Amino acid sequence: MSESAALLDDLLAGKHRALARVITKIENRDPGYRELVSGLYEHTGNAEVIGITGSPGAGKSTLVDKLAEHYREQGETVGVVAIDPSSPYTGGAVLGDRIRMASNVGDMDVFFRSMSARGNLGGLSTATADAVKAMDAFGKDKVIIETVGAGQNEIDIVGAADTVTVLVPPGAGDNVQMLKAGILEIADIFVVNKADMDGADRTVQELTEMVHLGQGSTTVDAGHHGFDEVEMDLEMPADTDPWKPPIVETVATDGEGVVDLVETFAEHRAFLESSGELTRRRRQRVAEEIRTLLRDDAAGLVADELEDSGGVGAFVDGVMSGDTDPYTIADDVMAPIRDCVEDQ
Amino acid sequence: MSTDQSQRSIRCLVAKVGLDGHDRGAHVIARAFRDAGFEVIYSGLHKAPDEIVQAAVQEDVNVLGISILSGAHNTLVPKIIEGLKEYDAFEDTLILVGGVIPDDDKAELKALGVAEVFGPGTPMEETVEYVRQNAPER
Repeated sequence: MSESAALLDDLLAGKHRALARVITKIENRDPGYRELVSGLYEHTGNAEVIGITGSPGAGKSTLVDKLAEHYREQGETVGVVAIDPSSPYTGGAVLGDRIRMASNVGDMDVFFRSMSARGNLGGLSTATADAVKAMDAFGKDKVIIETVGAGQNEIDIVGAADTVTVLVPPGAGDNVQMLKAGILEIADIFVVNKADMDGADRTVQELTEMVHLGQGSTTVDAGHHGFDEVEMDLEMPADTDPWKPPIVETVATDGEGVVDLVETFAEHRAFLESSGELTRRRRQRVAEEIRTLLRDDAAGLVADELEDSGGVGAFVDGVMSGDTDPYTIADDVMAPIRDCVEDQ
Repeated sequence: MSTDQSQRSIRCLVAKVGLDGHDRGAHVIARAFRDAGFEVIYSGLHKAPDEIVQAAVQEDVNVLGISILSGAHNTLVPKIIEGLKEYDAFEDTLILVGGVIPDDDKAELKALGVAEVFGPGTPMEETVEYVRQNAPER
């Protein structure tokens, strides 16, 4: 039995160490990680994947802790993937989300994994989606993804979670901020955390107004969660009411509103299942995953081809001396690959 | 091929265990490790040994650095090591202890499986270099 196969068996048998090691291999892009993830695939699809995003200090980690505690009280197992930024200079990182997990210490059925973004800019790391698969296959009932403290445009979470929750702290800005494109568009559920603070009412009101403005145009439009091509074959049935993102108020530090939020998650889940939206999102996710893999592989082939043609240095010399230009070089290097594709 | 290129990183858990509120050293180490390009998980203060074990196992760290300035190392460190063994995580985790540890205790900790003990005044480069040289592969 290969090392990967043995590791996979251990993971499926419920060994925590094996789950931890599989995630490490996925993160490190170790040789053999593809075999692992491909082996995980058939065991996935049972976990509910909840994404939590919002600005730094909005209370994501504290809320995740309380959510995990709540699910554990109901007898459900929980996996958490929490991403923090990596240094643009050294690649190092301090991963501090775990400190907030005070309610679940010593409970191995909350599997908490900190991840560095490793230079990725969309709020997740490249390995996040695969790490979620590992937790799903391990048998976690709920998997919670906590993104990097997000600004306006870190929206990778859409491609990884079934339910996207955006935390908006009180006083997050006026109604023009609410009109802006980006993170506020991706929410399935809004949470105004720190709801005991001044300005919380106003933030709730502005969000309500924003959600209201969006009704009938973009809310659950097929292109809304799309990356590039939109699949039209799973259009929502006309008689289904579109999902209107609810706004939930919480005070994560003392657990206020957490029950409301969990109920809202359940409602959204029911909507996803009854409307066919879950299938549509998962199809889109798989499509995007296939495209990403192909893109990476193609990039690898191009890198090899570049190496075979003498490396980038010689080409740069050519451009600097005025003999050629980057476009001509790209055409030349791509020529053999293009020929292969056209021959088929 | 670029997709097959491994992107290894050294992961360290910097752990404060027991009733010891002195975390300046742990913060300095965490920052130095970050600047050395490591991924650092900081445990926070006043953690019980089983919390440290839970974190070390789930985070699959290559290195566990335990900071103790309370004098309780002879009680707390063995508990952590026992816990790691229970989850098969002892063999491939580099265990370091930082703090004020008497020489006699040092020998004892090392016999238990602690790889190295760093006392006050250890140059940061020395610790970083030690980790680079000795962190077990994943």
